[in-house]
Amino acid sequence: MENLIALLVAAPLLGAAVLLCGGRRLDRAGHWIGTLLAAASFVVGVVLFLDMLGKGAEDRALHQKLFSWIPVEGFQADVAFQLDQLSMTFVLLITGVGTLIHIYSIGYMEHDERRRRFFGYLNLFLAAMLILVIADNYLLLYVGWEGVGLASYLLIGFWQHKPSAATAAKKAFLVNRVGDMGLSIAIMLMFTTFGTFAFGPVLEATGETGEGKLTAIGLMLLLAACGKSAQVPLQSWLGDAMEGPTPVSALIHAATMVTAGVYLIVRSGAIFNAAPDAQLVVVVVGAVTLLFGAIVGCAKDDIKKALAGSTMSQIGYMILAAGLGPIGYVFAIMHLVTHGFFKAGLFLGAGSVMHGMNDEVDMRKFGGLRKYMPVTFITFGLGYLAIIGFPGLSGFFSKDKIIEAAFAKGGTEGWILGSVALLGAAITAFYMTRVMLLTFFGEKRWQPDAEGHEPHPHESPKSMTIPMIVLAFGSVFAGGFFSIGDRFLNWLEPVTGHSHGHAPVSATTVTAATMVVLVIGVAIAWAMYGRKPVPVVAPRGSLLTRAARRDLLQDDFNHVVLVRGGEHLTRSLVYVDHTLVDGVVNGTAASMGGLSGRLRKLQNGYARSYAVSMFGGTAVLIAATLLMRAV
Amino acid sequence: MTGLAAAASQTSTGEAVQFWLLGIVAVIGALSTVLMKKAVHSALSLAGTMIVLAVFYLANGAYFLGIVQIVVYTGAIMMLFLFVVMLVGVTAADSLKETLKGQRWLAAGCGLGFGVLLIAGIGNASLNSFNGLGTANTEHGGNVEGLASLIFTKYVFAFEITGALLITATVGAMVLTHRERTERAKNQREMSEERVRGKQLPPLPAPGVYARHNAVDIPGLLPDGTPSELTVMQTLRNRGQIRDVSNESLDQLKALEQRSGERLGRDNEEEEVAK
Amino acid sequence: MNPVNYLYLAALLFTIGAAGVLIRRNAIVVFMCVELMLNACNLAFVTFSRMHGNLDGQIIAFFTMVVAAAEVVVGLAIIVSVFRSRHSASVDDASLMKL
Repeated sequence: MENLIALLVAAPLLGAAVLLCGGRRLDRAGHWIGTLLAAASFVVGVVLFLDMLGKGAEDRALHQKLFSWIPVEGFQADVAFQLDQLSMTFVLLITGVGTLIHIYSIGYMEHDERRRRFFGYLNLFLAAMLILVIADNYLLLYVGWEGVGLASYLLIGFWQHKPSAATAAKKAFLVNRVGDMGLSIAIMLMFTTFGTFAFGPVLEATGETGEGKLTAIGLMLLLAACGKSAQVPLQSWLGDAMEGPTPVSALIHAATMVTAGVYLIVRSGAIFNAAPDAQLVVVVVGAVTLLFGAIVGCAKDDIKKALAGSTMSQIGYMILAAGLGPIGYVFAIMHLVTHGFFKAGLFLGAGSVMHGMNDEVDMRKFGGLRKYMPVTFITFGLGYLAIIGFPGLSGFFSKDKIIEAAFAKGGTEGWILGSVALLGAAITAFYMTRVMLLTFFGEKRWQPDAEGHEPHPHESPKSMTIPMIVLAFGSVFAGGFFSIGDRFLNWLEPVTGHSHGHAPVSATTVTAATMVVLVIGVAIAWAMYGRKPVPVVAPRGSLLTRAARRDLLQDDFNHVVLVRGGEHLTRSLVYVDHTLVDGVVNGTAASMGGLSGRLRKLQNGYARSYAVSMFGGTAVLIAATLLMRAV
Repeated sequence: MTGLAAAASQTSTGEAVQFWLLGIVAVIGALSTVLMKKAVHSALSLAGTMIVLAVFYLANGAYFLGIVQIVVYTGAIMMLFLFVVMLVGVTAADSLKETLKGQRWLAAGCGLGFGVLLIAGIGNASLNSFNGLGTANTEHGGNVEGLASLIFTKYVFAFEITGALLITATVGAMVLTHRERTERAKNQREMSEERVRGKQLPPLPAPGVYARHNAVDIPGLLPDGTPSELTVMQTLRNRGQIRDVSNESLDQLKALEQRSGERLGRDNEEEEVAK
Repeated sequence: MNPVNYLYLAALLFTIGAAGVLIRRNAIVVFMCVELMLNACNLAFVTFSRMHGNLDGQIIAFFTMVVAAAEVVVGLAIIVSVFRSRHSASVDDASLMKL
């Protein structure tokens, strides 16, 4: 069975190689090759999963060492895979959702002449993401980490002819570099501290290591997670990443890649458990991002950007849960999986809407679409209900558990975090209801575009609706399936560990409170967007609304602090370079030049002159010899 | 040269007298080598110094070297110098006027300092043990035999190498002074044939033979007073640089007659009429 | 008389020769001065040979002579060929090795 692990990665990697190197002759079959190989990877994953289910909880983890990567004395890096329950969860999510989105893309990208290349990139992403989650050491994880960064860059900038897409890709790549820097520093720290990168030895050795070092490693890992998962302060790229094709937004920027940070933190749980300060920072980052993303999501009129804000917010929930320690790890992953289903479904729904609306993204120009695209409406609606936590659907179970866990953290912290999580749930209900109302209800508000083409909303082809239906099933049933009988908890506990904490309030109270805030959020949204007609041109709005439309000034902040600051820094450095460094260098050169200009007069070319020097030198040598003898 | 077998830390009075007399001669010779204006004089002074040194070698028991000094150095090398002086001739370099600024002062300073240091060094050195060459010279039956036994045993490699050096120097000198021929040399037959083939069998007449001027660019005048082109060399003829003086003497004669006429108060008019 | 006086004489001759090398411009005379210096050294060698009572000093003097002969041959050949091309035997005229 171990040998199958490499096959997981090999299939999409082969697909990427074939599609990207194959050239035009594969244009007609490219999407089928890509989809089949993604599906093959999924099948392998399912086979491995069934095999794993047949074993006892303790010996489920599989290991496979492919080859020694960097075999140096004292520095052993292997290309080795580890497939335990946590990795298995991710493998199934990635390959499963990935395959669905491949299928969806066949329809969505039908008219794009570079479809083959798109599928190549998608396969490359799958391979990199799988390496990331099944690597058995941090160095190989880093390879996957960079690989998904590359794939993300390529896919965001897929429509590179649009300057906005090219810029967004660049922005995503650059912001991600900051996080990647954190990961590489963390890996270096690990090597100096533990002398190895492998998960097993590193995580076992945390008990004997000083807290300071662990805190440093933890903070660097958190920085990495912030970059990849779009958490404050490295969140600014995710909104712009929506310039990519919608399947990409669904797969990479909603369901899988952005959750890599959560995976990293949960995987490194032992480090964070031993470094409470780092854990506290994780929780704070999660809580802040949770509110930040939610507020941004409320103000956006671009359907994809609203969903992006929502993604940010939901990952904030996961990071928050992961920061709670053993109380929250399992729920972080559970929310991650359910979120993968409903958010991918929502994005695919949004893509379907755009597909029918001539790629219009402004929700104020939708309205009343439920009649025109019923399948999209139903699947999107189920995703909507799941994300706001409608009782019985996926989001209800997973989010509720996180809110409970936040309260269970105990003390003032627990109360604050719990309240933040509750508030986030209310805002989530508000903005998702807003999206739903603006898009599918009310009057139709679309108008002919500049060339007079009125959009003709229509249902998308089967290849697009089927994945949406499948994902909607996941959105509805996954949470219940996982929670009933604590299936997911039992599944993951051997890897992540679990503790119940001591909740100050009972689970029922929390659920009730969640229900209440949910109703409040939906009600406010209904009051604002459902009862009265929505203006096509957005009103000016309050100060907070305007700030939220500008992503809560995150770009302005980055511009003022980082760009301007960087400019000032470089300018002063240039000044120092020009005056001080160049001064020293040029001064040295000038003084040398002057000195040699004087010295070269000694070189007059007359042999007799040189002879005098020799003779004088001899005289000095004799004098020195005599002097030494005399002394 | 006397009593060398019993040489001690002191030499005989005879040698002392010889040293002081000839030593002065040697120093004067050396100084004149440096200071004489003409290279020939320098060479001769140096030869004198070398002969004195040969005598000193003999006095120090180096009989072989003394003879070699006279034969090789004074006889061969210095004559070579004289040959080169003859070849090169007198040039501006013979002037004793210094052209490099400060060179003479620097040289004097360095020389003085160097000499003082050297002499002080010799003075300081403990050179009191004085063995003499008696035993060394008699060991192999004489100075020459002694040297020979050393040269051909202990110093045989150095000797061979100096032999190679001499050969190399000879070849080097030949290479340096050799001039490559650009065409085949003419043999005697070709030269004589070439000569007969020309228009003029006897030697060309010398320029200005019958002229008042004796310069190469003035053609000689034939008995009838016309200039002969043959007497001027080909190059000048081609350049057209021949100075025709056939009428000059007539003009001068005329001017002389006029001057004497004026002086004697003779009337010029009849001459003008006659003209 | 102490034979050390020969050494003093040698030192004096050597110094005079060296000064001549520095002062004279005619390459031939410069060469003669070099010969003078060599001879001074030879005198010192011969004197040392007598002082130490062995013949090695004389051998060195002998080799010095051989080398000096070789040197003179080559040196004079150089002077002649330089004179042939530059029409000058002055050591100052050959001063192209400068900036």
